[in-house]
Amino acid sequence: MMKCKQATQMLSEKLDRPLSTKEKINLAMHTAICSPCRQFGQQMETLRTLSQAYTKTKESDEK
Amino acid sequence: MTNAHLSIDRDHSEAENIFQDAAFMEALRVQMLKFAKLQVRDSQLAEDAVQEAMLSAYQHIDRFARQAAFKTWVFSILKNKLIDLLRKEKRHTAASQLEEGPNLSGDALIEHLFEENGHWQQDERPKKWDQPDHNVENDDFWRIFDACLEALPAKYGRLFMMREFLEMDTPEICHNEEVSVSSLNVTLYRARLRLRECLEDHWFQKETS
Repeated sequence: MMKCKQATQMLSEKLDRPLSTKEKINLAMHTAICSPCRQFGQQMETLRTLSQAYTKTKESDEK
Repeated sequence: MTNAHLSIDRDHSEAENIFQDAAFMEALRVQMLKFAKLQVRDSQLAEDAVQEAMLSAYQHIDRFARQAAFKTWVFSILKNKLIDLLRKEKRHTAASQLEEGPNLSGDALIEHLFEENGHWQQDERPKKWDQPDHNVENDDFWRIFDACLEALPAKYGRLFMMREFLEMDTPEICHNEEVSVSSLNVTLYRARLRLRECLEDHWFQKETS
């Protein structure tokens, strides 16, 4: 069974490479029962969205 | 963003106004320079890239009536220039030569966050982030975000920004920075762990508590 330490690394690597089927299954089994890792996964997506917004939005600068 | 500035008129004089708005231009220049210097260590090269991006934007000023659209565009030019610079300066400051830095990083960070059995430490478990979408409009949030980025060890910050800000793909970063794929993956993981923790401690928890 995958532990949080490996699960979080998979959740990060998911953003940089396609996971193998085996990795996906192990990860899904882990996140199904681990709510902190589910949060972590969502936050990884949020970090990406925020990074993309860094140079693009900031509409509040608009006069 | 409910102000009455959503007009997409491409009126020439309005476009020129973008450049005449000294406060906006200065703020934009400062922000671009900061962005460039985070990624290119030679500050003269960073300034040149910003200048060139601005000049190139000025030549196409007619396309923009809104400051936000202009800004997005000028940053996309800047990103391309930075990617070129990073390719060229490869030998001087490849991330493989950077130190990991003095703060909690690497194995110490992992030990801090996880129990020996591989589960989260009780008080390090990720908390729910409240409505993260709203933060992009908040200047205070971006100040925290900047501070968290700057607190990353140099190597983490550089690789993270190449991946997430310049949107370079993994093989290109590995080639450029002379790091292996697995080392890049681990470094990005650790950078995200730290950034996540920093944002949670200094922004999200503060808001919800």
